[in-house]
Amino acid sequence: MTIKEKQDEIVADFELFGEWMDKYEYIIQLGKDLPLIDPQYKTDDNLIRGCQSKVWMHAEFKEGKIFFTADSDAVITKGLVSLVIRVLSGHTPREIVDAELYFINAIGLSSHLSPTRSNGLLSMVKQIKIYALGYMAKSTQS
Amino acid sequence: MHDSVTIKDNSVLDVEKVRKDFPILDTFVFGHPLVYLDNAATTQKPEAVLKAMEEYYHAINSNVHRGVHHLSQQATDAYELARKKIAEFIGARHAHEIIFTRGTTESINLVAASFGKRFLKTGDSILISGLEHHSNIVPWQLACEDRGATLKVIPIDGNGEMVLDGLEKLLEGVKLVSVNYVSNALGTINPVREIIAAAHSRGIPVMLDAAQAVQHMELDVQELDVDFLAFSSHKIYGPTGFGVLYGKESWLNELPPYQGGGEMIKTVSFEKTTYNDLPYKFEAGTPDMAGAIGLGAALDYVQQLGLSAIRQTENNLMAYALEALREVKELRLIGRSANRAGVLSFLVGDIHPFDLGEILDKQGIAVRTGHHCAQPIMDLYCIPGTVRASLAFYNTRAEIDRLVVGIRKGITLLS
Repeated sequence: MTIKEKQDEIVADFELFGEWMDKYEYIIQLGKDLPLIDPQYKTDDNLIRGCQSKVWMHAEFKEGKIFFTADSDAVITKGLVSLVIRVLSGHTPREIVDAELYFINAIGLSSHLSPTRSNGLLSMVKQIKIYALGYMAKSTQS
Repeated sequence: MHDSVTIKDNSVLDVEKVRKDFPILDTFVFGHPLVYLDNAATTQKPEAVLKAMEEYYHAINSNVHRGVHHLSQQATDAYELARKKIAEFIGARHAHEIIFTRGTTESINLVAASFGKRFLKTGDSILISGLEHHSNIVPWQLACEDRGATLKVIPIDGNGEMVLDGLEKLLEGVKLVSVNYVSNALGTINPVREIIAAAHSRGIPVMLDAAQAVQHMELDVQELDVDFLAFSSHKIYGPTGFGVLYGKESWLNELPPYQGGGEMIKTVSFEKTTYNDLPYKFEAGTPDMAGAIGLGAALDYVQQLGLSAIRQTENNLMAYALEALREVKELRLIGRSANRAGVLSFLVGDIHPFDLGEILDKQGIAVRTGHHCAQPIMDLYCIPGTVRASLAFYNTRAEIDRLVVGIRKGITLLS
């Protein structure tokens, strides 16, 4: 699936929820289900510090694609982190750099991307883009 | 004078009546009536304040202290009347001991910079406490770095109270003590009288960060004998971006100006500038006239309600809230001082404060989460932050009940 198709799928999933409670229950469950980042990568180097919650993220480059694993100390953030990973992990640096992440707004969680909240999610999305740019630069050099 | 304000001292407030003075309290958030429990971050503004500021802009807006014209004179009168009101409110001896700033943060920066420049030398120290807001840490760090001085810290205990046992020893070599009156993160009312007495016995001046105190208790700078005191307008029902530095005349005369510009000068030539008298020496540039007038109106409002009635009302609500929160067995208070004002800081089970804050928000309940600009306190407790519910006199028991229901819903969802 393309990044766009994955986002559309998530938006469609969320349209099934009538109540905000159901939506949050689902996100929280996603957070709980997120395969934990390998403890060896849960280091300060991989820590993306937000004012409110922390996110750890590790990126691996395999066969032209970037794969992410991540964790957060806040479970709602973690649920959203798992969605961002579902959307962006396993794509090429170019696809990630060009991706416009609209699904977080579309599912009504835009406050998580507001700089005033300054939590780990916004910084994580920025960090993912930086990784992708870095890998793109590397591949053009070699 | 606002119609609904009729209650005087020595009683509790008629909260339902008082709430009508604050139009924003009728707001709905996500379909729920707003429960505003973020008063330590900023308080809501009564109609009387909004009206005073609107009237200023509608009727007399003009630059102060400059114009020969009528409006400028009216604006100047209103502006200087606000200074008098503020001086009276905190019991200052002179109106010119009231310096207008942008808030507590700027007030502390002013003293740190000007006092540091004049009095701090290599090897000296400044004493603060472990219970400070970043605003009462960083300006002193900057001054100390600049002057080769060191920053010393009064320790705090597990209840969130200052430990004064070693104070005499700590005061050695100290040039100034700066502590908060009430902790923004934990709500502790600190033993500032004891600290002032100990410092003064060694001739050391004391600055109080009263940002979380002025709105909750009667305060008299002469009775406290404090040398400098800072507070913010927006935390006492006044407009944002405006604040106060009180300083004893003798100290303020000793300090060099903080910023240069218009208003703070007597004469300027390229060779030499002479500075204006107090308070203008510290007020460079066109000031915030509407801010001053708004704060004046807020203090009028608070005085009409009566600070003692406000205190009694808030204490009753705090007791009710402590009792109600005690019913939630997963909840633990952070900061257990019995002597508290305004703030309830807590954690629930192993729920991240940010998660709980978001679930409360979805239920229309506004709290603050995080480290509350007091990271050293969170480090002491080894926690990422807390959920902070902070009360004002316009909060109700029903709102506390909604907070408890909201927390329980959070527990169900997040555990």
